[in-house]
Amino acid sequence: MSGHSTYTPKSGFEKWIDQRLPLPRLMHDTMQTFPTPRNLNIWYTFGGILTFCLAVQIVTGIVLAMHYVANADLAFESVERIMRDVNYGWLMRFVHSNGASMFFLAVYIHMFRGLYYGSYKAPRELIWILGVLIYLLMMATAFFGYVLPWGQMSFWGATVITNLFSAIPYVGPHIATWLWGDFAVGDATLNRFFSLHYLLPFIIAAVVGLHIWALHVPGNNNPLGIDVKSPQDTLPFHPYYTVKDAFYLCLFVIVFAGFVFYAPNFFGNPDNYVQANPLVTPPDIVPEWYLLPFYAMLRSIPNKLMGVIVMGGAIVTLFLIPWLDTSRVRSCRFRPLMKQFFWALVVDCIILGYCGAQSVDAAAFGIPLVWVARLASVYYYAFFWLIMPIVGLIETPKKLPASIAQSVLGDSAAAAAE
Amino acid sequence: MAAPASAIDTTRLPLKPVDFSFEGPFGTYDRGALQRGFQVYKEVCSTCHNLDHIAFRNLADEGGPGFSEAQAKAIALGYKVPADPNDKGEVFDERGVRLTRAAALADYFPGPFPNEQAARANNGGALPPDLSMIVKGREGGAHYVYSILTGFHETPPPGFTVTAGKYYNPYFEGWNISMPNTALTDKAVTFTDGTPATIDQEAHDVATFLAWASDPKMEERKRMGFGVIIFLLVLSGLLFAAYRKVWKSAH
Repeated sequence: MSGHSTYTPKSGFEKWIDQRLPLPRLMHDTMQTFPTPRNLNIWYTFGGILTFCLAVQIVTGIVLAMHYVANADLAFESVERIMRDVNYGWLMRFVHSNGASMFFLAVYIHMFRGLYYGSYKAPRELIWILGVLIYLLMMATAFFGYVLPWGQMSFWGATVITNLFSAIPYVGPHIATWLWGDFAVGDATLNRFFSLHYLLPFIIAAVVGLHIWALHVPGNNNPLGIDVKSPQDTLPFHPYYTVKDAFYLCLFVIVFAGFVFYAPNFFGNPDNYVQANPLVTPPDIVPEWYLLPFYAMLRSIPNKLMGVIVMGGAIVTLFLIPWLDTSRVRSCRFRPLMKQFFWALVVDCIILGYCGAQSVDAAAFGIPLVWVARLASVYYYAFFWLIMPIVGLIETPKKLPASIAQSVLGDSAAAAAE
Repeated sequence: MAAPASAIDTTRLPLKPVDFSFEGPFGTYDRGALQRGFQVYKEVCSTCHNLDHIAFRNLADEGGPGFSEAQAKAIALGYKVPADPNDKGEVFDERGVRLTRAAALADYFPGPFPNEQAARANNGGALPPDLSMIVKGREGGAHYVYSILTGFHETPPPGFTVTAGKYYNPYFEGWNISMPNTALTDKAVTFTDGTPATIDQEAHDVATFLAWASDPKMEERKRMGFGVIIFLLVLSGLLFAAYRKVWKSAH
């Protein structure tokens, strides 16, 4: 995709293919010889882990769709049938439902890693933007998927989220009706959500393709945030990063399997094992854990429209990060001040998630959580719109190393290697 | 929960601490408890509650109560299910009564009432929930079922008046439950294996049975998980060795 190709067809057949459709060349250049900074740490293995998660979700999802019935009267029963009567149906469903949580766990680590090492900064803005787009598509897919079992949380979650659109002045209620295909969440809604839930993962896969393509133009950023200057700074992707990614992927799968086999309902809500009932509202309607920070923002604002704007703005903000950060140094390793604000943001997001999981009128240490959520939302916005631009201008970064090779191998080894 | 200043807080009490054989990564269902629990369901709970997702064949499934296929068949024969149209195409007899036939292994447990309205009419307007989903459909699972069943005998605190037609049970949200306090009592059943039928024993056993009814694949799941995780640990070891070897010269 970029740089000089080192592929040489070995046989007549490979030569014949290469002149017509150079797919083996593409694979060779992107997955084998691709020059990768030699200092990538554990946090850089999550890109590969995410690709694995997407593949797992698609494969288990296709199998589940063979047995699932998208009908408001039959959906709940069909899921129970998968769990009880379909051969290894319980395994497919638990891998799929826990897989969504694992996918989001990995994507949050991946995003915070990008944020910490400044991976969104020039020339990698489009990689970041495509990544945020994937994240947005993931949220939509997960939301549609959560509706499909047609339990109480499915139904009421769908009702709450689709009702957000009715906050739009004048046309809102019409948009909500249009989304439902009815005058409330019902069979028509379930069917279109199933259709979209099946469609979106393939769109995600396509955007992942663009994300990786864009990555292969400038190459990986790295924990030092400095550019690759010489071949000494890099290692070929294979075998160095294939083996490293495989090892960490295996550790990740152990955690994944721990949930699937020993705590399969850990991330779930017992209410979703009660069939949807439009006449009985659960006392607390909570989304899945990965959407809780945004839900907390939404609920902390009394005005519905403003709540929707604040929540939507929190995601739109992510698209603008490449231009909100004014620092000339990429990595927080050399940004003593920004590093502290970064970790405060991580804690802030966890606090928001906690607030989102509690009932609306809950309090912690005598402080109403709605106020905690408000303060946490203010910090979230302040981080991106004030701290990022200002700290980038006033902070004095630490001295950057001369090169990746010098930092990894030490002065003498780097000099000797040259 | 913000309650009105005059009312007392009727949030459900913390569930009773009780041990179940199926807890923990290696826990399995106690077969004896499953069979006794089934007896409690059959002789007591099934008067009002459905067991919708359990078929008679499930009683003989691996990881279940451990009845033989012949025993499960015999249990099925004791139940009547709605019959298919007879050779005249009728599903009601001349008196308008629904035609029935003896249940077979493939049939699901029939509920006590023909429909939701009949169930409500017989239970003071309340709908007894389906028990085949109760353990995974409630926060606290089997502990919740056990606490509710053994939580009736406590007397309400001063200031709390039980609503007419309801019963006091502090393990139920709001403390007013429609299930009568006489639903499960000491000696409600006579266990065929001679186990003393205290209410604690009955509640414990039926909670175990209902845990199985909610999660019949649990034993298979834990067993497979053990193999999968051992495999992954070995694979991780191999990958780690490969990783160290490949990277030895790189830093």
